[in-house]
Amino acid sequence: MAADVGTGGHPKGMFKTLRTDAWWFEPLWTGLGFLIFTIYANYEMLKGDNYWYNAGVEGFGGYLSPFFSPLFFADTRVWAGAPVHESFFGLAPEWWPTWFPSISAALILPLPLSFRLTCYYYRKFYYRAYFMTPPACAVNPAPQPGRYEGERMMLLFQNLHRYALYTAIVVIGFLSWDAFMSFFRGGQLGVGVGSIILTINPILLGMYTFGCHAWRHLVGGRKDCFSCDALNRDKGMTKSYGAWRAVTWLNERHMLLAWVSMIWVGWTAVYVRLVASGAITDFNTWGN
Amino acid sequence: MAERKFRVWRGNAEGGEFVDYQVEIEPGMVVLDAVHRIQTHQANDLAVRWNCKAGKCGSCSCEVNGKPKLSCMTRVNDYAPDETITIQPLRTFPILKDLVTDVTWNYEQKAKIKPLQPRPREADGTHRMQQEDVDRVQEFRKCIECFLCQDVCHVLRNQDRKDAFVGPRLMIHIAQLEMNPLDTADRIPELKKEYGSGLCNITRCCTDVCPEHINITDNAIIPLKERVVDRYYDPVMMIWRALTGK
Repeated sequence: MAADVGTGGHPKGMFKTLRTDAWWFEPLWTGLGFLIFTIYANYEMLKGDNYWYNAGVEGFGGYLSPFFSPLFFADTRVWAGAPVHESFFGLAPEWWPTWFPSISAALILPLPLSFRLTCYYYRKFYYRAYFMTPPACAVNPAPQPGRYEGERMMLLFQNLHRYALYTAIVVIGFLSWDAFMSFFRGGQLGVGVGSIILTINPILLGMYTFGCHAWRHLVGGRKDCFSCDALNRDKGMTKSYGAWRAVTWLNERHMLLAWVSMIWVGWTAVYVRLVASGAITDFNTWGN
Repeated sequence: MAERKFRVWRGNAEGGEFVDYQVEIEPGMVVLDAVHRIQTHQANDLAVRWNCKAGKCGSCSCEVNGKPKLSCMTRVNDYAPDETITIQPLRTFPILKDLVTDVTWNYEQKAKIKPLQPRPREADGTHRMQQEDVDRVQEFRKCIECFLCQDVCHVLRNQDRKDAFVGPRLMIHIAQLEMNPLDTADRIPELKKEYGSGLCNITRCCTDVCPEHINITDNAIIPLKERVVDRYYDPVMMIWRALTGK
């Protein structure tokens, strides 16, 4: 028996397998896809401009890029930045470095990022694509430094996923407000292509967030007995069971929603950037 | 009749090698049929474990072209006509002979898990459960103990942590007991320590290979992990329990 083959004919060594299908394809496309999104999010944060569009019309309404929402501070030094009255705390503080323009994006991006990084679906994808433990089923993993401990020891923080969920829910609230705001320009009600894009964004994020495994646990999965809520029945089933089933429906589509919602966030930011920079025209009912 | 090439691992715990066989193929054949044909016509001493040939006994688990499969449910024509079909024993368990492995370890793990401790019967001597309470548990009862999930789990297969993790099959078993509305036992402390829920990094291979399509990861392992979080990692829940005693 050759030295690189174990008992049973199983190959030894990193990434060795007898699988004959394209097992490397999934970790490759998911790894590249998330990397591209992360690079773009960092580009938006570091560039910090072209995140607001209201066609120069003063008053309530406009398009705000999701990477900058909620807008804690405005920065008048950048092109197509939001006006001061749109921000929670006014102008960016003096001490904020000029080479890093967007304090709002820097403050807000870690919140949804922490939700995705601790998400049970994303864990599957990045343990496979980036950490190679294992890269695919029945494919030998990358060697481990020391004894394998899984999500114990260094990765214990994954257990706080539900707290990342709470912050993600708050962010969806802000993005929903942005969607509402996008239907106004100078206080006048209307609709533009950007309004539709900005509205789809919190809907997809909501479907992803409320299909989360931690949420599914909190709304009912933690119970052993749904019917014990006997006083809380609605249409033949308890409310907690009904809620759990609804979340389960979303949970079964969690991977799909994770990707679609992430891509849509990026697309929304790209759209606002293109409109704000004048590269494309936003078709709308306001005529500007 | 057409012929195609099969590579079957022959040997025991000390060693062995792949042996090539040309097998006549008929429409509708499964991999186990081919193994039986080899056993009948070319290698009478080829060891293979099987029983129902209907995907319900979980005996004929093996690896076909590197993937854990039930050989009785894997059709030969799933593979390209010119592709050699390689058949191996499960990697995670000690080999007895050829395609037969010793899966005793799984039963030893099962023996470590606290059995069902039902609450007292009701006044009329019965136990009543509502369908909505047993929906989840019924999925877990589909398990046929083929141990394909145990075989593909990298914690057991590659990381050699049988000492610290009971594996996905037993996580289903624990979930089935923990979520049972009649059960009164508490397995959460053991789940964290002895059964090793923290070892699972949710790469979902167990779910991918399950021939009964049990959603092991989403419906058993993650809910159990969340119960461990409730007990040991969520500071608000810990304070709430300390204040209310619940």
